[in-house]
Amino acid sequence: MAGSTPASATAETQALGRPAAPASLWADAWRRFKHHRLAYWSLWALGLLVLAVLLGPLVYKVGINDVDFKARLAPPSWQHPMGTDDLGRDLLARVLYGGRISLAVGMASMVVAIAVGVTIGAIAGMSRGWVDAFLMWITDLFLSMPQLPMLLVLIFFFRDGLKSLVGPEVGIFVLIVLVIGGFRWMPAARVVRAQFFSLREKEFVEAARALGASTQRQMVRHILPNSLGPVIVAATIDVAAAIILESTLSFLGLGFPPDIPTWGRLLFDAKDYLDIAMHWSLFPGLAIFITVLSISFVGDGLRDALDPRRVL
Amino acid sequence: MALLEIKGLKTHFKTDDGWLHAVDGVDISIDRGETVGVVGESGCGKSVTAKTVMKLIDMPPGKIVAGQVLWKGRDLVPLPPEAMQKIRAKEISIIFQEPMTSLNPVYTVGEQIAESLRLHEGLSRREAMDRAVEMLKLVRIPTPERRVRDYPHQFSGGMRQRVMIAIALACKPQLVIADEPTTALDVTIQAQILDLLQRLKDEMGMAVMLITHAMGVVAEVAQRVVVMYAGKVVEEAPVKALFAHPRHPYTQGLIRSIPRIDLDAQHKVRLEAIPGTVPKLIEPAEGCRFAARCKHARAECRQATPPLREVAPGHRVACILDL
Repeated sequence: MAGSTPASATAETQALGRPAAPASLWADAWRRFKHHRLAYWSLWALGLLVLAVLLGPLVYKVGINDVDFKARLAPPSWQHPMGTDDLGRDLLARVLYGGRISLAVGMASMVVAIAVGVTIGAIAGMSRGWVDAFLMWITDLFLSMPQLPMLLVLIFFFRDGLKSLVGPEVGIFVLIVLVIGGFRWMPAARVVRAQFFSLREKEFVEAARALGASTQRQMVRHILPNSLGPVIVAATIDVAAAIILESTLSFLGLGFPPDIPTWGRLLFDAKDYLDIAMHWSLFPGLAIFITVLSISFVGDGLRDALDPRRVL
Repeated sequence: MALLEIKGLKTHFKTDDGWLHAVDGVDISIDRGETVGVVGESGCGKSVTAKTVMKLIDMPPGKIVAGQVLWKGRDLVPLPPEAMQKIRAKEISIIFQEPMTSLNPVYTVGEQIAESLRLHEGLSRREAMDRAVEMLKLVRIPTPERRVRDYPHQFSGGMRQRVMIAIALACKPQLVIADEPTTALDVTIQAQILDLLQRLKDEMGMAVMLITHAMGVVAEVAQRVVVMYAGKVVEEAPVKALFAHPRHPYTQGLIRSIPRIDLDAQHKVRLEAIPGTVPKLIEPAEGCRFAARCKHARAECRQATPPLREVAPGHRVACILDL
């Protein structure tokens, strides 16, 4: 592994054979990321999980809806590595398939939340005055709303409309992503606003202004990249929170329809059998746990790695 | 016509205690290719004057209350922001005091030099990077081809100030405002940077407005000196005349407070200092603002603000006394 001296970092860059400046930034960032042990191994865990979820159903060819009444609530065995549910459906197949949806919901909701949050935070932080006051008022409004009841009402109202518009599966996916994203952007907005407040007073921003950079350019090119560290952390928290929130919705029966297994849905179905079939809730729960935890660690590592000022 | 002519400029700031008169009626003119030194203690309005010229003052709380900034005859004060953006860096550029924090930590120095070139001259990425290498070579950074890809934290303070100079000069402006360019550097590096600035000025033929509180620096590089005190110009003279016959008590104090090593041990004298500090500039009263610290002050000094009067060709002073 590359040593920690600047000399070897340059050597590494040159070994990559890419003279463009960004290469050294990414090479440097990767080097720093590897120093963060937890993050590094979490990335592996996460990568394996994503691979398993993507490729698993192609390799492990047991149908998610294959009912086997002879093996109802069977504990883990060679035939059913994670056991079966009350209808004798194979849980490994369902966890793998459900992971696709849970992860997709998590990622997509995070993108929505961060996009909205960064935009609102940046505008508020840059404009100050009444625009800032208004945007922060909206943010506080969203923060103070009781989320779960609002989510339930929104989903209840719009589910059928979207279903008829783009089909049941896509419809509910879009709805859930928008609703979760729409209720998770506030922390990112506040973080970005705070960052903008401190960064816009920095000399290098004034220097950019002195070079003739427009307000928009100062925002996008000079302030935003410097404020991304905390945003990345917020983003990873959002992925985790979205996965959990989707689980909650599914657990309450308002997520995806019963025939589509997601991790949350599996937990919902398993809750009545906790005493006689613990394995049923154990594996989806474990999957959520590992995903959320490793995403948090990766976020931690990324924040440290993407800060070029950090010498490691 | 002068390249830059600041006329009766007043920049005030709104504070909780009232309006702060940071710049209060300043006249400075700079000709093409000329180096003008602006000196004075901390807090007497030098930097605010410079930033007003570039219109880098945050408004609010700042406000240009009166005056004109004539750039090649055109007043910059009423200019809209878009028009101002085209002048910054392209025609007038500024070198800031703090090289450690004036560079953006997330971009390579090459990208930062290239930025103004791409903004103002519409160069492609590659052309701009080639020019960035040339600029680094010009400011004497060794192995510029390699260094252009380094980040600011990989440079020392002096090197960063060189990079700042490279950025400021990239678009070949006609006026460079150097706002205490050497204050944050150690003494040996200061001399190098001043040398570099002087040499580049001769090569590129631009005018320089050098803001500093070090009289020694002014003596070395400026042709004309403007002495500022408490938001006003108190004396203006060609550099030789100023050091030979300083007329204003404040200028005399400044010159006397330069440490001297040319006096031998028998003539050793205590280094003089000007007692007191720059007065608060919140809604100041009439009268000479230096009166409170001036050992020659009389009753009439406190009654009316003394105007600048010419005492010799090109030598103007704002003092009612003939010292």
